[in-house]
Amino acid sequence: MWGILGRRAVDGGFSASSLRRMRSGLVSARSYAAGSKEMTVRDALNSAIDEEMSADPKVFVMGEEVGQYQGAYKITKGLLEKYGPERVYDTPITEAGFTGIGVGAAYAGLKPVVEFMTFNFSMQAIDHIINSAAKSNYMSAGQINVPIVFRGPNGAAAGVGAQHSQCYAAWYASVPGLKVLAPYSAEDARGLLKAAIRDPDPVVFLENELLYGESFPISEEALDSSFCLPIGKAKIEREGKDVTITTFSKMVGFALKAAEKLAEEGISAEVINLRSIRPLDRATINASVRKTSRLVTVEEGFPQHGVCAEICASVVEESFSYLDAPVERIAGADVPMPYAANLERLALPQVEDIVRAAKRACFRSK
Amino acid sequence: MALSRLSLRSNRFLRPSTTAAALPSSIRRHVSTDTTPITIETAVPFESHLCDAPSRSVETSSAEILSFFRDMARMRRMEIAADSLYKSKLIRGFCHLYDGQEALAVGMEAAITRKDAIITSYRDHCTFLGRGGELVDAFSELMGRKRGCSNGKGGSMHFYKKDACFYGGHGIVGAQIPLGCGLAFAQKYSKEEFVTFTLYGDGAANQGQLFEALNIAALWDLPAILVCENNHYGMGTATWRSAKSPAYFKRGDYVPGLKVDGMDALAVKQACKFAKEHALKNGPIVLEMDTYRYHGHSMSDPGSTYRTRDEVSGVRQVRDPIERVRKLLLSHDIATEKELKDMEKEVRKEVDDAVAQAKESPVPEPSELFTNMYVKDCGVESFGADRKELKVTLT
Repeated sequence: MWGILGRRAVDGGFSASSLRRMRSGLVSARSYAAGSKEMTVRDALNSAIDEEMSADPKVFVMGEEVGQYQGAYKITKGLLEKYGPERVYDTPITEAGFTGIGVGAAYAGLKPVVEFMTFNFSMQAIDHIINSAAKSNYMSAGQINVPIVFRGPNGAAAGVGAQHSQCYAAWYASVPGLKVLAPYSAEDARGLLKAAIRDPDPVVFLENELLYGESFPISEEALDSSFCLPIGKAKIEREGKDVTITTFSKMVGFALKAAEKLAEEGISAEVINLRSIRPLDRATINASVRKTSRLVTVEEGFPQHGVCAEICASVVEESFSYLDAPVERIAGADVPMPYAANLERLALPQVEDIVRAAKRACFRSK
Repeated sequence: MALSRLSLRSNRFLRPSTTAAALPSSIRRHVSTDTTPITIETAVPFESHLCDAPSRSVETSSAEILSFFRDMARMRRMEIAADSLYKSKLIRGFCHLYDGQEALAVGMEAAITRKDAIITSYRDHCTFLGRGGELVDAFSELMGRKRGCSNGKGGSMHFYKKDACFYGGHGIVGAQIPLGCGLAFAQKYSKEEFVTFTLYGDGAANQGQLFEALNIAALWDLPAILVCENNHYGMGTATWRSAKSPAYFKRGDYVPGLKVDGMDALAVKQACKFAKEHALKNGPIVLEMDTYRYHGHSMSDPGSTYRTRDEVSGVRQVRDPIERVRKLLLSHDIATEKELKDMEKEVRKEVDDAVAQAKESPVPEPSELFTNMYVKDCGVESFGADRKELKVTLT
């Protein structure tokens, strides 16, 4: 059952067509059904926004270059042509202003999808995300809810330097009242963004620029217009029994590569794709650690007070007696992001870092 | 509510008002229901920027002027009661009082409907009352009780009344301005013929986000009315020390503006009516209300270190909004001195009763700590200070 997406492809009126781009390509060693279609993360996000705009006239898109420019990263491509300027709004470069306007529109019952060109610029608007959006339902004892989505690329890109490379997962996920999601695959992107747009609470949706062009196999179910993933549930991307590796976003790909390398050396790693940073799926994480007895937690962002720190604390609190080794953290280096390519590589987690930490947790020397 | 009580109580016959639409003396009307149009000239002319100022002749009625008196008296008494509750430590934290500025709240309400939206700063008690909020809900909230308009979870700065399109109550200076433009955006998006009044002070008038939001509002023709409540002090800083150009009604630059005597409820009404018509046709407009607060910035501020007591008492003598309306009622023979004094006594009793009732209201249940985090909880966990002791699954 393909729903709207399928009908649109037949009509040919679907400008942001991910279906036309589908090819039954090489299926990777990931556990997806054989012969499934593929979709880039970009198309996944685009189709998700498109379907939700089609289904609910209160959904509208707002941000810099989202309309005529087709989106700085082409995520909103075709939407202006399809829905017109009353649903897709190009804003001036004034994050505090347009974010506040988005939150106010959400107070009044509309469903804005506000794009930050990168989450680095969200800092200009962070008061509205936290004080105007996250806390309103609580402060008003349920009178004012805020059904808004703040989305955009988060974390490091390639060579964009210190001011354009920060990961905001830890900051936003520390705030009660927000939901914070971080997709990895195309299926994650579709399911989580659709869930976020439908959600009556404010959602921070952290994408990754380097994942936009990556193609993933995608199931029939995920292509359906009613497809939604639950918020607050992690996904076990790869089952294993010796060590648990938790991570999110781009690092999921690195963790999967690390798991393959570890398998060659006889270590079976279980890779958990968090999908949801807040609420954090502590149950899945702890169940996995109770099975494997070892934890390596990975993130791209700054190490101090990071997502990994929260996961380590949770595991130590809830599963201490199951641990056979100290918890391990692999995170971005504790420095502003340098520009030089070799330094940038040193500042970010690499596959070999994850492998090394997993081996340490298994008490194996190099 | 208040008016009907008066009409039940009062079976006095009145002398007819001496105006252009004078009644024959054989017809006696109850003051509270007399909606015969009266025209009053505002004492101070409007100053305008990029638009033609509205007429100084304001259409009103006896009933309306009397309601101004009663509503302002209620607001005044509420704020004074809040002052003593704060001093007796029944109200904690921040408490920003509005006494002196009441004309703004009542004048605005007279010009608009409950489907037009209002959003304001932390100095929100009287705005809440103006939108139909109950005294007991206000006092309960101030004292952190369950009965409070935000169930005790918000406090002084976070009163809301969504069913009357009152969107709070905001603690971050200036944040309400883009939020208000967002409300206006939603009104335009939904093709409703309503407007949003977003209120802010002379301190907030310098915030960058004001100019960001106003730019977008003007570009997109949003029905947003920015109302600068210029009480001349941003906390302890006078306007001449904080603004290079304190002509706030002109600061919109390409956006028209109007400067209004904010202590004159009728002038406020006229300006708001004018602004609503303008905003629906031409997009945003800035209103600068020249007003004054008798209290300091908040209950922690005596309000006398940056202004003289003479200044405060001077304004009280010459410009007090309630006294002006009292004089109007007396000079137009709409009510007698005794009637007005009786009305003030009734209001005082109303307020005292509400305070007593609020004092009896219980504090929120401990379980309320974790409610209203999300609309859709999705099985989220939340924790108390000792997470091994207090852990809750939100449902």
